[in-house]
Formats: sequence, structure tokens, C-alpha cells
Amino acid sequence: MAGAELTLGHYLAVSAALFTIGVFGIFVNRKNIIVILMSIELILLSVNINLVAFSVFNGTIMGQVFAMLVLTVAAAEAAVGLAILVVYFRNRGEIAVEDVNVLRG
Amino acid sequence: MDFLADISNALPEAILAGFGLAGLLIGAIGGDRISGLLRLLAALALAVAAASSFWQFGKGEAVAAFASAELAPEGLYRATLFTLFAKGVTYSLAALALFMSGGFLKTAQMERYEYPLLVTFGSLGAGMMLSANDLMTLYVGIETLSLSSYVLAAFKRDSVKSAEAGLKYFVLGALASGLLLYGSALIYGFSGGTGYAAIAAAPTSVGLVFGLVFLICGLAFKASAAPFHIWTPDVYEGAPAPVVAFFSTAPKIAAVGLLAHVLFTAFGTHETSWQQIIAIIAALSMLIGAFGALMQNSIKRILAYSSISNVGFALIGIAAGADIGAASVLVYMTLYVVATLGLFGGVLALRRGGKAIDQISDLNGLAKTKPGIALGLLVLIFSVAGIPPAAGFWGKLQVFTAGIEGGLLWLVIVGCVASVVSLGYYLRLVWAMFMKPAGEPMDKTDFSIGAIVAVTALLMFPVLTIAIQFLLEMAARAAGG
Repeated sequence: MAGAELTLGHYLAVSAALFTIGVFGIFVNRKNIIVILMSIELILLSVNINLVAFSVFNGTIMGQVFAMLVLTVAAAEAAVGLAILVVYFRNRGEIAVEDVNVLRG
Repeated sequence: MDFLADISNALPEAILAGFGLAGLLIGAIGGDRISGLLRLLAALALAVAAASSFWQFGKGEAVAAFASAELAPEGLYRATLFTLFAKGVTYSLAALALFMSGGFLKTAQMERYEYPLLVTFGSLGAGMMLSANDLMTLYVGIETLSLSSYVLAAFKRDSVKSAEAGLKYFVLGALASGLLLYGSALIYGFSGGTGYAAIAAAPTSVGLVFGLVFLICGLAFKASAAPFHIWTPDVYEGAPAPVVAFFSTAPKIAAVGLLAHVLFTAFGTHETSWQQIIAIIAALSMLIGAFGALMQNSIKRILAYSSISNVGFALIGIAAGADIGAASVLVYMTLYVVATLGLFGGVLALRRGGKAIDQISDLNGLAKTKPGIALGLLVLIFSVAGIPPAAGFWGKLQVFTAGIEGGLLWLVIVGCVASVVSLGYYLRLVWAMFMKPAGEPMDKTDFSIGAIVAVTALLMFPVLTIAIQFLLEMAARAAGG
């Protein structure tokens, strides 16, 4: 198929869409904190798509190295996030977003 | 360059990483019984790291490490005089914050061996992000600091407030990391490299500026500058007191120093693109910090707004540009964090019947019940507010002078307005301490707290009021290299 080649623009568009969905997932979601954790993962993955696409199209390896680091940190971040979530659940007995309101001035 | 030379160049971080790993092992074997010992050792390790940073600073040249001829010729790690100075201050304050946290941890039954180690790893991250010469090192450093901070905020596990502070900090912090990372990816794509040198050499393009805006958003969050400050009052209110004392000092100067360093080195050639953004963030922070605190009654929230406002003042120096503003940022932040350590430490360590105080009215009549602490707090409040003769005035003078020289007169005027408005709540604290009748007597204060308040207050007045020239020369030297 002529003209159906994947260009850098396609990758950036997918990544921007994922990033936007992730950010909206954090702000629009009113139900569950687990959904927020998933949204954060989505943001990090969109960055990875960006990094790898740039790496291929720029012809430098650094983007792929960066992507590996992001994957590692994302795992650590999820672990810490879930641990805090467990501590929170033990105290409150629920994890609905609307109820995160003890601290307010 | 061989591995040992790299390690010796990155000596402060090597010390902290080594101690942190060894400490994990010792803690796993010894358990919580040895948490007191581990806390002192961690404070010692941080002090040694601070000393080695200042030692490298004294040698007068930048140190680089972890270079690769093909991929990162400048090195992934490069500590300039500017960052060495900022690192020295960061580590010293982390050590002091740890030193004075003992009594509180004991009363709050938080004496677990993870606490000193998390502070150590957090400080390691702060030092790493300051020494970054590459967006990857910056990211890993920032995450090391952030992940430790999230856990520290939620450290009082049986408290709803603490858990909620940790949760909020985590969600908003992870979002900020995402923004920062997205910005880094765009900058990498449009400049062709992740190293600061490669970014500085690239021409300014739309994509690069787009990435820069994302990067600034992420970093402004870490420094708690408006409009990314929402988390600060909540986290300060919910997190345990010694954690707040740590948050408001070491990571604060590291984040502002990092913002200055990245913008001055990597984006120095793109200065026109970020100057306006930083100026607007500075103005917003100063105003929101000043007005937001007027309505608050909780001391922790007031201090949180005070720190937002003070970051705004430091950003004036960054907006003025590298040649004019770099030294003023260091002077301002150093004076601010030293005064804040004493202020937070002193206020938050006051307890009545075993419970930490929270409302302004709890301070009533402190001058009669604890005259020494009240006098120290008075000096520190004056210093944070920038009222002469306390040394904080010199810091404010420096950033305002830099702002005027940099052609940002409007920003300096906003700063003056914010200063006057913020006097409203600083004086409320003073009024409560000195003019109101005394309430119930306070518990006995720990020796370490009294010592920190006395030392920081004496530093702010009269030592640094007179000897400010010394700090100015150090900062000028740091800015020069």
C-alpha cells in the first residue's frame, strides 16, 4: 500500500492520545484509586512509546536506554503506590476517591 | 575512565548509597531495637557526605563521572560548583533534621529502622538529581527522592491523616513525574540527545519548547511552586512532624537548585523560552502563598503556604537569568532552609499532654511558659519573613536586586506586595506567643530540639546578619563555576 507507511507522527499521535487518557483518568475518575494507579501506568507507557519512537527515528540508542529505566522505575512506583494504598485501606476500610477528604483547610 | 575514579568523583553519593545498603542489612538483622543507633549513624553519614561535597567545592572545579566516549562524552554525572554547594547544604540539613527527630519518633511510637534509611535514600536522590548532567540521571534521582518521600509521608501507619497525606502525595507526585518524563521524551526527540550539552547545542524548536514546558511543570511540582502547590498544605498537615521538617528543608533546596541548574545549563541557550514562564510561576507562588495562609488556623498549613511563597521569591532569582540570579538563588534558599529547619523543628516539636500542637491558639503565651524557645522562634519567623535585622532580609534583598538588574521590576513589586501581605500571618504567630495569656503548660522539650532552635536562631541573628559577606562570597564562587 502506497502512503500507508508508519511515520514518527503516527507514533507521537498514539502516545499523545495515551498520555491524555492517562491524565484524564486521574482527574475525571471519581470512583476508585486503583483506576488512578492504572492511569499512571498509562502515562508512563505513553512516554515509553515516545522514547522508543524517537530513538528509532533519531538513530540514537539513548531513548531505548531511557525506556528501560522508565520501566524499572514504573515497577517501583507501582509497588510503593500499592503499599500506601494498603495502609490507607487498613485505616479507612475503603478506597473510594470521594472519601479522600480528611485533610482540608 | 575507570570505575574507581568515577566512584571517587561521585564521593558524596557513593557514601550515602553505601551506607543506605549496609543500613538495610543491619536493620534487617537488628530490627527496630537498633533504630536509634541507625538514626545517629545515618545523620553521621549525611554529615560526612555534606563535608565531602564542601571539600569538592573547596577544590574549586567541577567533577564529572560515568562518561562514555560515544554516548555521553560529558558524563552522565557532573557536579558543578553550583550543585556542589547546593548538595552540601542539602545533606547538612537532612543530617540535622534526622538528628532532631529522635524525641518525636519515640513519643509517636514511630521508632522503626526504615525511617533513617528512607531519609538517607531520599537525600541520595536529591544529591543525584542535583549532580545530573543528563535527563536520565535527573529522572532517576528525582524518583529516588520522590519514592522515599511518599513512604515517609505515610510513615505513621495507624493514622488516617498520615496515610491520606501519603496517598495524595503519591498520586499527584506520580502525575508530576509523568509530566516531567513526557517533557524529557519530547526534549530528547527534538534535540537529539538526553545530555545537557546536547540540549544546549540544539536549536530552539517548537517541540523543544513544548517539552521544556512539561519539564518545568514537573519540576515546579517538586519544588511546590504555584500552580502546582495543591499537595503542599495537605501533605504538611497530614505527615508526621519530623517528616515535614525534612520535606521543607533538604528536598526544597535541592528542587529549587535543580530547577536553576537545569535551566541555566541545559536550557541556557534557550533562555527567552523559559524566562516568562518562571516569572509567572514566581508571581503566582508568592501571591498564593501570601494570601492562602491568611485564612488558616493550623500552624502546619500556615508553614506550608509560607514555603510556597518563599519558593516564589527564590524563583525571581532564576527568572533573572544565570549571570545575574544564580548566586542570589543560593543565598536565598540557604538562609531560608536553615531558618525553616529551626522554625518547623521548634514549632512542631511543642507538645501538650503528649500530643503535638496544631492550632495557632496552642502557641498562646509561649513567651511566658518557654521564653527561650519563644525568643528563638521570634528570630526565625522574622528571618523567614525577611524582616531586618534577621539574616533572611539579606536573602530577599539579593533576589530583589537580581530581579531589578534582570529587568523584572514588576515581579519585584509583586514580591514586595506579597511580603507585606504575608506579614499578616507571621505576626499572628508572634502575637499569639507574646501577647496572649498562657494556656496549659507544655511538655518538656528535647535537648536536641532546643539546641537546633538556638543554633539556627543565633545563625540568623546576629551571626549571619554581620557575616553575610562570607555566604555571599561562597555563593558568588558557586555561581561562577
